[in-house]
Amino acid sequence: MPVKREKQPMREQDPTERIKNFREVPLGYTKEQAIEEAKRCLQCKDMPCMKGCPVGIEIPIFIECIKEGNFEKAIEKIKEKNALPAVTGRVCPYEGQCEGLCTLGKIGEPVAIGRLERFVADLEREKGIKTPKKAKSTGKKVAVVGSGPAGLTCASDLAKMGHEVVVFEALHEPGGVLLYGIPEFRLPKKILHNEIEYIKKLGVQIREDVVIGKTLTIKDLLEEFDAVFIGTGAGLPVWMGIPGENLNGVYSANEFLTRVNLMKAYKFPEYDTPIEIGERVATIGAGNVAMDCARTALRLGAKKSYIIYRRSREEAPARAEEINHAGEEGVIFKFLTLPTKYIGDDQGHLRKMECLEMELTEKDESGRRRPVAIEGSEFTLDIDTVIVAIGQKPNPLIPKTTEGLEITKWGTIKTDESGRTSMKGIFAGGDIATGAATVILAMGAGKRAAESIDNYLRENV
Amino acid sequence: MYEIVKKRELAPDVKLFEVSAPLVARKAEPGQFVILRLDEKGERIPLTIADFNRKKGTITIIFQEVGKTTMQLGNMDKGDKILNFVGPLGCPSEIKNYGTVVCIGGGIGVAPLYPIARALKDADNKVISIIGARNKNLLILEKEMRKVSDELYITTDDGSKGKKGFVSDILKKLIDESRKIDRVFAIGPVIMMKVVADVTKPYGIKTIVSLNPIMIDGTGMCGGCRVLVDNEIKFACVDGPEFDAHLVDFDTLMGRNRRFLKKEEISVKEYGKKCQ
Repeated sequence: MPVKREKQPMREQDPTERIKNFREVPLGYTKEQAIEEAKRCLQCKDMPCMKGCPVGIEIPIFIECIKEGNFEKAIEKIKEKNALPAVTGRVCPYEGQCEGLCTLGKIGEPVAIGRLERFVADLEREKGIKTPKKAKSTGKKVAVVGSGPAGLTCASDLAKMGHEVVVFEALHEPGGVLLYGIPEFRLPKKILHNEIEYIKKLGVQIREDVVIGKTLTIKDLLEEFDAVFIGTGAGLPVWMGIPGENLNGVYSANEFLTRVNLMKAYKFPEYDTPIEIGERVATIGAGNVAMDCARTALRLGAKKSYIIYRRSREEAPARAEEINHAGEEGVIFKFLTLPTKYIGDDQGHLRKMECLEMELTEKDESGRRRPVAIEGSEFTLDIDTVIVAIGQKPNPLIPKTTEGLEITKWGTIKTDESGRTSMKGIFAGGDIATGAATVILAMGAGKRAAESIDNYLRENV
Repeated sequence: MYEIVKKRELAPDVKLFEVSAPLVARKAEPGQFVILRLDEKGERIPLTIADFNRKKGTITIIFQEVGKTTMQLGNMDKGDKILNFVGPLGCPSEIKNYGTVVCIGGGIGVAPLYPIARALKDADNKVISIIGARNKNLLILEKEMRKVSDELYITTDDGSKGKKGFVSDILKKLIDESRKIDRVFAIGPVIMMKVVADVTKPYGIKTIVSLNPIMIDGTGMCGGCRVLVDNEIKFACVDGPEFDAHLVDFDTLMGRNRRFLKKEEISVKEYGKKCQ
């Protein structure tokens, strides 16, 4: 029987319905669909897909298990390498990783690896996650700073190796960007909580309300722990530096998403944290975070939600799936548009923004065509809210308060391939070491650092 | 969870709590603040540290019941527990021997001023303090401030205690009398800090103010607390909360503090219904 060229389609909430709620948009595979999809896998001997996985999941093996209907074995196989499968099964940019290398991709659509991962992770959760076997204790203690994807992965791998792990989180709940950054409709918080419960069952302790660099320093941690992993991410908002950015109604993407996701401002006044949105919202930028903001704005009741981006759709850094979802929901894309000024009323509230139209010229150092302003193309847009989503910088709290820790000119912590920093016993990984990237790359870094810490503990402590 | 170990009413709607938070107390310094959240549905609000006791492991907070969260906090009692209490956040005050310092506190601003004045006194400064309130019932920490000050002046808007007028009037008088002033610390309503800055600027007297804008995380992540200082965006949570008053754009700050006024009123109303 010839292989089907297309993926099994995944059911989704209808766009007209879903912009009225915060429930998840894609609804996942049924058992039958998952088995059908698994049958498409060619079981290539050299596993090209696996080479595209930053955490090294043996993909064809778990897919074979699904094909045989052995879902429990499939999730076990994934969890050997990945402690957050229900998360990565939703937010990974598969098209540029595992699925991008799938042999089937040469003749049609690749195997829907991400959807299959999500399916077995969700099924396991519905049945109740098994308590994993605890490894024999090594008697060594490791502190993990930050409970985002890098920290959680590093912590769970270290716990599996038998080390005692304490994760320190500055906010009141663990999850990092998975919690404050990614909206409910893309990653339901219940699912995240479940994944974190699993990591706790591995023996990892999580201490919230501790800001490392303030409540405790890295030096304090070294008195109690044999090694430290820093995974504090890139949480500092970036501004454009144009007039009017301090008007009321201008949010950083971080503030906007934190209010909605972490503090649940969409349930105000049941929840205390407010948000003001108005009718016309413009999100500046075209990455995944920008799409999250523009789609969130619609769900908060915005009548018009624009994406303003100075380059064209082709250069947009967001995943195609996210751009499509946003488009289906009615987000208005204004490509080749550059904001130059925000204008407020006498109350200091944003009312209008001035923009320039752009055109693309020759390629710049990033390999993308450089946008330049078209002379005389100024125009204004009536707007109530602007969300600036043009990137994040590493948080300087730890670099600033840790003497001897080498920092790059971009403010990231300098590490080698395995996550070692300039200080003995201190490791780092994820966005704090690389600058803003993806969830799965941070998880890969957390994983490599865990191995490196394990070696360090054997040899030095 | 963080237990309230002491509760005292200082003035109508102004309360003092001692909260058990040993990790915070270990590191707290004058000028820093905490962020707290009362329950699962609560918001995160910043409160400046009014005192700390490393041995007992407690942090003192003093607050005025002006919004939903501070009202709810005010209704809590000794023995009750606050869900989240994180800190110390922000940079400590720069304490050293300046010579003669004037410490100015308006309303609830006297609370965070007190540990700063005390530290300045311990650093052998001559401390002249000016504290003020709308009326005598709202005046707080008079006794405490007197203990750490070489001179203490009191003003009330209505003249019910001390001199009728504003704290800035006394400051002007001191300057007019050609008193030697090496540095001013002023904490209170934004408008008070702005006026103080205007008074000292022509004389080139370095003036430090502590800003308290709307915050969420307190770690530099959200940028909600941004203020314009010397025309540059600064985050009060990590770059402050203290800044050179002569460089602060107070008007933008006042505007930004009104960001959620309508929603804040709804919150207070809903809470009022719940309490009935």
